[in-house]
Amino acid sequence: MATTPQATFLDANEIVINMGPQHPSTHGVLRVILKLDGEKVLGTECVIGYLHRGVEKIAEHRTYVQFAPYVDRMDYVAAVSNGLGYCEAVEKLLNTEAPPRARYVRTILTELNRISSHLLWLGTHALDLGAITPLFYTFREREEILKIFENYCGARLTTHAFRIGGLQYETYDGFEEQVKAFCDYFPPKVDEYETLLTGNRIWLERTKGVGILKADEAIDMCVTGPVLRASGVKWDLRKAQPYAAYSDFEFDIPTGENGDTFDRYMVRMQEMRQAIRIVRQAVAKIPEGPIMGKVPKILKPPVGEIYHSIEAPKGELGYYVVSDGSTQPYRVRVRPPCFINLQSLDRMCRGHLVADVVAIIGTIDIVLGEVDR
Amino acid sequence: MAAASAAAAAPAVPAAKPAAEAKPHAEKPPLASPGDPVGEPWSGEIVEALKKTFPDIGVQAFTYLKQNYLILPRESIVPVAMFLKTELHFTLLADLTAADYPKRERRFDVVYQLYSFSRNERLRVKVQVGEQESVESVLPVWSGADWMEREVFDMFGIRFEHHPNLKRILLPEEWEGHPLRKDYGILQQDQRWVQENLHIESGQ
Repeated sequence: MATTPQATFLDANEIVINMGPQHPSTHGVLRVILKLDGEKVLGTECVIGYLHRGVEKIAEHRTYVQFAPYVDRMDYVAAVSNGLGYCEAVEKLLNTEAPPRARYVRTILTELNRISSHLLWLGTHALDLGAITPLFYTFREREEILKIFENYCGARLTTHAFRIGGLQYETYDGFEEQVKAFCDYFPPKVDEYETLLTGNRIWLERTKGVGILKADEAIDMCVTGPVLRASGVKWDLRKAQPYAAYSDFEFDIPTGENGDTFDRYMVRMQEMRQAIRIVRQAVAKIPEGPIMGKVPKILKPPVGEIYHSIEAPKGELGYYVVSDGSTQPYRVRVRPPCFINLQSLDRMCRGHLVADVVAIIGTIDIVLGEVDR
Repeated sequence: MAAASAAAAAPAVPAAKPAAEAKPHAEKPPLASPGDPVGEPWSGEIVEALKKTFPDIGVQAFTYLKQNYLILPRESIVPVAMFLKTELHFTLLADLTAADYPKRERRFDVVYQLYSFSRNERLRVKVQVGEQESVESVLPVWSGADWMEREVFDMFGIRFEHHPNLKRILLPEEWEGHPLRKDYGILQQDQRWVQENLHIESGQ
């Protein structure tokens, strides 16, 4: 008699539910086990690995050149950044450098890719929080970027745009005009998104004060990228340790103050504007010259190791490559920004409501292809 | 304890070198085998400070392609990491991973990539771990090491002492074997797990 169903229900103040792996707001196959008190989140646990393909193992059985297309499949919405990081890491291991023209074109495509990645994040994040309209607008603009990629290398998503040592393709006729036209077309569109969201009361209610991550916590959790900058740490690898052609351009590093979901939204919006600024400067002074550096046909880096990282749209994307002097890498480690940023989900969710978990997963900006590799 | 470990760790590297030199290379200079220290010996403010604070652990410091790295005995990783973080401001653990060199006496390298915001400098720290050995978890120093240590455990089977939740992260919990070890074939899989859970003969 003591344990009637009602009594059990009233006594139980903790319940455990599963969110995902098949859930539209987990942005892929992410399973989050939520421990709840009513609607309040007491703790979370992520179950990942559903998309694990063993990319790092595959790398040990492919040549340096053969492995390059695989990296595009990790963070598939920012494939150009993945390729840039890998190519630069191997170039460093070979102790060479891409020629200036190649570095400029790389910078332009990578920044356009940053915008397309942020657009996809903005559309889906807003959709999760009940704002359906931005998705249509962001995908409209993303299409223009994908058209540039398609014209350049024939692929829209997994581009494999770069080669070790430079570029495979020279830019097409009208590349500069198309990029310039996009630079003129895009900034008013960012204003348009902001009129929809930034002052919107529902948006503010759903994002302000949600998922706060303080700067010291963020560093302790090894968080990088826009999430770290929204916590107030002014650190961007493009400025701190410039790669490609970033040292030639002027741009600002947007930061937040409170480290909440709204600040992360603002940081990414500002980053899109800064990316346009970089692209404008780069396209105005693309140098003439060769697009491939002096790289042997068969790549055999000397025995040694390198760690090279770039500022991908999600954070620090690093490659730790060990060479044993043969044509195949001995070990390739990808330092995935999403995987490491996702760790802080638990800390950010505690004390919030179930509905906020959706906002926080969206604001970390994960791609499960990269979390699981 | 620390002195004993230094004595144990010191011969590990010089012992590997003659083996590499003994390889018969007809015209080329002898190649180092992977896992041996490469590059020039490195000394600087960081190495001096470390040697001063930890005189008996035998820190080895090298620089290769403008990247500095340290090799430490595995017992000293937590105190050294704490020292690097608090005294030398390497506040960000950028990455934690491992590599397998089965021919070496201690087959695994656990690799920590550190970054200092104030110095804008990177530092790689490596510890060598044998197959039956374990490393102390650096979770007290960086909370973010949690998943990275779990991934290394999953992929290499290296145990991290005092990690509160050391279980597989990417592979299923019941999976047998550690795929990123060099003796794990690329087509190899846990047949039993695949048959029991996926109800297919083989995943290949």
